[in-house]
Amino acid sequence: MNVRWNKIVSLVAVLSFVAGISLVTVGCGDQSSSSNAGAGTTEQEITYSGIIREAGSTSVLPIAEKFALAFMDMYPNLEITYTGGGSSAGVKQCAAGTVDIGAASREVKISETDLISIPVARDGVAIIVNENNPIQGLTIEQVTKIYTGEITNWSEVGGNDLQITVYGREEGSGTRDCFDSIVLKKLSVSPTALAKKSNGEVQIGIQEDASGIGYVSLGYINGVKALPLNDVECSIATCQDGSYPIVRRLYFITQTIPSDAVNAFLNFCRSEEGQKIVADNGFVPLVH
Amino acid sequence: MNKKTIEQTMKWVLLGTAFVSLLILVGIIYFIFDNGFLAFMENGLWNFLFGQKWSLADNTFGALPLIIGSIYVTVGSILVAAPVSIAIAVFMTNIAPHFLREIVRPCIDLLVGIPSVVYGLIGMVFLVPLIREHLGPPGYSLLAAITVLILMTIPTIVSVSEDTLRAVPTKYKEASLALGATKWQTIWHVILPAAKSGIISAVILGVGRAIGEAMAIYMVIGNSFSIPKSLIDPSRTLTSNIVGQIEEAALGSTHIHALFGCGIILLLFVFVFNSISFTLSKKGVQA
Repeated sequence: MNVRWNKIVSLVAVLSFVAGISLVTVGCGDQSSSSNAGAGTTEQEITYSGIIREAGSTSVLPIAEKFALAFMDMYPNLEITYTGGGSSAGVKQCAAGTVDIGAASREVKISETDLISIPVARDGVAIIVNENNPIQGLTIEQVTKIYTGEITNWSEVGGNDLQITVYGREEGSGTRDCFDSIVLKKLSVSPTALAKKSNGEVQIGIQEDASGIGYVSLGYINGVKALPLNDVECSIATCQDGSYPIVRRLYFITQTIPSDAVNAFLNFCRSEEGQKIVADNGFVPLVH
Repeated sequence: MNKKTIEQTMKWVLLGTAFVSLLILVGIIYFIFDNGFLAFMENGLWNFLFGQKWSLADNTFGALPLIIGSIYVTVGSILVAAPVSIAIAVFMTNIAPHFLREIVRPCIDLLVGIPSVVYGLIGMVFLVPLIREHLGPPGYSLLAAITVLILMTIPTIVSVSEDTLRAVPTKYKEASLALGATKWQTIWHVILPAAKSGIISAVILGVGRAIGEAMAIYMVIGNSFSIPKSLIDPSRTLTSNIVGQIEEAALGSTHIHALFGCGIILLLFVFVFNSISFTLSKKGVQA
């Protein structure tokens, strides 16, 4: 027993030693390459290193990740991180300076701070139901009535005789802001509506719940049925040409004077190349 | 350094640490009240405690559905968990054979230590679909929350009340049995009354755990701002409300003050339960 333990201990020691060595070498390699790049800076090969921290809206998350991957490919010494938390959290953290870029699916309110919001993509908000739900489409009026609690059974809109479970989002969510302003207008949502913290939670909820209806960003419609609204299919094309009614812009938010790296990243997102990434990943490009 | 000076310094060090813990408590209370009291001022105490509308858009915050939700889940879970737990504890101390106790006790201790979010996960993946299928939508409901809380509080109550029951002197039991009482009579008329104060403390500890639980409840209760009319209606508690909204609340806004206001109400609940527990355990010592 003792011998065995000794063996294990020495194995662990050797392994950690090797890991330590490799870390040190990698670290050195990193340093030398970045100092090289810094020394040989010419006009074509400006390089950025360090870390850009992003946080905020879960609607922006999928596209922000793709932006980050593409940009990190161009500048391998740069690291971009993203954490969720919601639009308001993104604004708050950016204002506090704990992140370099906040992501929000709504504009910064003047009351919040004097941060700059820069649109990087557009996004449709899809009305989703379970795949087994026979409903083929709704009108905006019907959706409004469902969310205010006036319609409570699927049979009232041509579906099965089943009670409707309304999935909503917590207050402060950018997706909810958009949905409320376009669909509910001045009306308030039914008190019995469930509240979820992210797009993903709504998507998973609807996937499993045959009675559910929810609204999510266009990037989250896998495994659920996105309903046509007023007979208009919810797709990138219909959002692009303006025929689908619930479209919003997604923003990156920065301090008034962003760093060079942040600036370059934002320019990349808004460039043609960046907007191609937007279109490839199920979001709606900005109008140039 | 002689022994006396060491003793003196240690005395002051220990006094210092005790004082720090007091300071932290005062700090927490000050911080919560400093922010939360503004909620009472901005909404009006009556509107905050008895208002039914919680809306960021209208800047009105009424916490009644939350308070009622918290009370429902706590009372509901304790009504089931307390008798079951006490029965388990009695079984383990007085009826179960030794080897069984040796197996069950470590299991219970392990259950006490399982993080609440794991209970929430089980509830969300297993319990919610089950309720939806058999009792009707939405599945996210008071019933799901209560069930999760029952599972969470039983180990706590069992663990503490078993300790109390074991502390009852064996001579009580022996005397009762020698007088010809049956096992049941001994448990009901001798052992349980002797351990009464400890068992009540255990139950109140369970109440504290139930009312303070946030994450597990957030995952299964649905978080609708309505007062539930039946067990399968969704609801919202003070704790799940804080979990759900704190990230989105802007600093210095009425919204965040209202969330701290929920914190004050929770603090008061816990304060009341702890006082009851304190008084009862003191009585136990005297008797």
